[in-house]
Amino acid sequence: MTDERIKQVSALRRAMIRPELGATAGTLLVFLFFLLIAGDSGMFAPAGIQNWTVVSAQFAIIAVGACLLMIAGEFDISVGSMIGFAGIVIAILSVQWGLPVWVSILAAFVICVALGWVNGMLVIKTGLPSFIVTLAFLYILRGLTIWLSILTTRQTIIGGVKDLVQNDWLAFLFGGVVLKDLFAWFADIGLIEKFVAGTRAGQPVVEGLPMLVVWAVVLVIFGHVLLTRTKFGNWIFASGGDAQAARYVGVPVARVKILMFMFSAFCACVFATCQVIEFGSAAADRGFMKEFEAIICVVIGGTLLTGGYGSVIGAALGAIIFGVVQQGLFFTGGESSLFRVFLGTILLGAVLFNTYIRRMITGER
Amino acid sequence: MSAPLIELKSIEKHFGPVIALSGVTFDVKAGECHCLLGDNGAGKSTFIKTMSGVHKPSSGEILVDGKKIAFESPRDAMAAGIATVYQDLAMIPLMSVTRNFWMGREPEKRFGPFKFIDFDKANKVTLEEMASMGIHLRGAEQAVGTLSGGERQTVAIARAVYFGAKVLILDEPTSALGVRQTSNVLATIDKVRKRGIGVVFITHNVRHAMAVGDRFTVLNRGKTLGTAKRGEVKPEELQDLMAGGKELAELEGSLGGTI
Ligand SMILES: Nc1ncnc2c1ncn2[C@@H]1O[C@H](COP(=O)(O)OP(=O)(O)OP(=O)(O)O)[C@@H](O)[C@H]1O
Ligand SMILES: [Mg+2]
Repeated sequence: MTDERIKQVSALRRAMIRPELGATAGTLLVFLFFLLIAGDSGMFAPAGIQNWTVVSAQFAIIAVGACLLMIAGEFDISVGSMIGFAGIVIAILSVQWGLPVWVSILAAFVICVALGWVNGMLVIKTGLPSFIVTLAFLYILRGLTIWLSILTTRQTIIGGVKDLVQNDWLAFLFGGVVLKDLFAWFADIGLIEKFVAGTRAGQPVVEGLPMLVVWAVVLVIFGHVLLTRTKFGNWIFASGGDAQAARYVGVPVARVKILMFMFSAFCACVFATCQVIEFGSAAADRGFMKEFEAIICVVIGGTLLTGGYGSVIGAALGAIIFGVVQQGLFFTGGESSLFRVFLGTILLGAVLFNTYIRRMITGER
Repeated sequence: MSAPLIELKSIEKHFGPVIALSGVTFDVKAGECHCLLGDNGAGKSTFIKTMSGVHKPSSGEILVDGKKIAFESPRDAMAAGIATVYQDLAMIPLMSVTRNFWMGREPEKRFGPFKFIDFDKANKVTLEEMASMGIHLRGAEQAVGTLSGGERQTVAIARAVYFGAKVLILDEPTSALGVRQTSNVLATIDKVRKRGIGVVFITHNVRHAMAVGDRFTVLNRGKTLGTAKRGEVKPEELQDLMAGGKELAELEGSLGGTI
């Protein structure tokens, strides 16, 4: 009898001690809340779903990079500036210099990933906290972005990308829409409404699945499998858990961390590219504060700020919570300034909860 | 007796003006537990770091299986079969036992073009190896942080043994442990020794050393004061040597023989 009770408790404990636990509960609560108060506002109609899905997917893309980097024990707060920078690079190369869009996109990726490498090398070689090194790049990149933009166009917004992307194969990968036939069929069987008037009359209100969402899903699955199933994933945990202990058993800690900085920069560039193509323009102030939003998603998702523990799935759930609440307030006509109050509160709650979980794992008091 | 697995002759180590080791000679044979005793600051850690490739000796030579060798890094020493369990960085508490056990040497299985960790094998071997050291875990997926200090030491020891250590160096494995945990670790040392591995057991607790040691070497201010075999030396003598003999004798007198 007693034995069985102990077993039950430990099974419950084991189920509880998962990094995603808090985020899973939070996601359910958030959906329940908005279903109750905004169930008939259109938030859960196809167009509404598309709205918050896209916003959540945007958060998820940068959260995956921030999550793996944080588990490896480092931060990158230059992500937001990197987003602005990548966008301006694409616009200048394609609109101003007349390069094909795909060349411009590839160039932006090469530059961003190289900047991620520089971030990582500086952190490893100087031994400075990554917070300081990437804080420097937060300013450097934002300043360069504005300067480059004004230097080439005398403006901080560069338009005209829209006309160039029309038949560009690579631009489609970031701004296109897939599964159009499936969505048309959904409309035919009445799952999705159709436009009743205007130039698009007869077409479904949701055209298809945006590539942005595909990117988010692919990156989340990639990050999750990499982290939990592969040798390299084990090294990510080890590098953030105790770099010295990891080094002693031959884990190439410096390489792992630098690669994660590069991956974080890659994710920022995916975000930037999708945004430039969606808006048809780049602006020097894009991505402002995104680094903190990414970190908030990751922390809500159960990853420890101190590294060594966390989950990409959790970070994705954090992104969903973030996106649904932000857009939900819009649908319910809630005061959008209250969104920040909510964010701060949930961040504090998540960190407290994470600390509690970590104590349960390590047995520390 | 057989030839030593590793032999260190007249090792000196200087850190700038600090002479941490001034001529230490030491060897380990297969299947024995050689205790290295010494007070705080005697140079024990410095000495085993030289043995495990972390420090290069300022002078003196190292022989492995009778051949002279120079370790450029801890990896070289590991490749030569010399494994070290450092007390503070043996394990990462937030990671599972399996992940810790295999860290840096994860077993993989192929899945099309991808390679994943073979968790079935990893978990099975981990549980088996821990069981062979006398620790039966509930599951290999539990975090190392949930284990006791002695169990953590055992994971580190089992890992070193599984990956082919010929010489196992343990830096004060018992210093932070309670009575029962300590006896578990001492029992593990005995099991390891019986497999033909040479154990270097660093401690400043004479009772722990006497419990498992075959030979005893005392370090004092960077020098060896000689090596004694089991049965040739009394605990009190070791204790005296560690503290530099005379001073302790005086102290003992004034404290009424409580040390
Ligand atoms: N990297 C270093 N640079 C300068 N001095 C050092 C260094 N490492 C050790 N020492 C000195 O060498 C001496 C021996 O230190 P060591 O850590 O080897 O002692 P120990 O016997 O392991 O002591 P404890 O029982 O406290 O662990 C000490 O005086 C220490 O200050
Ligand atoms: Mg020491």
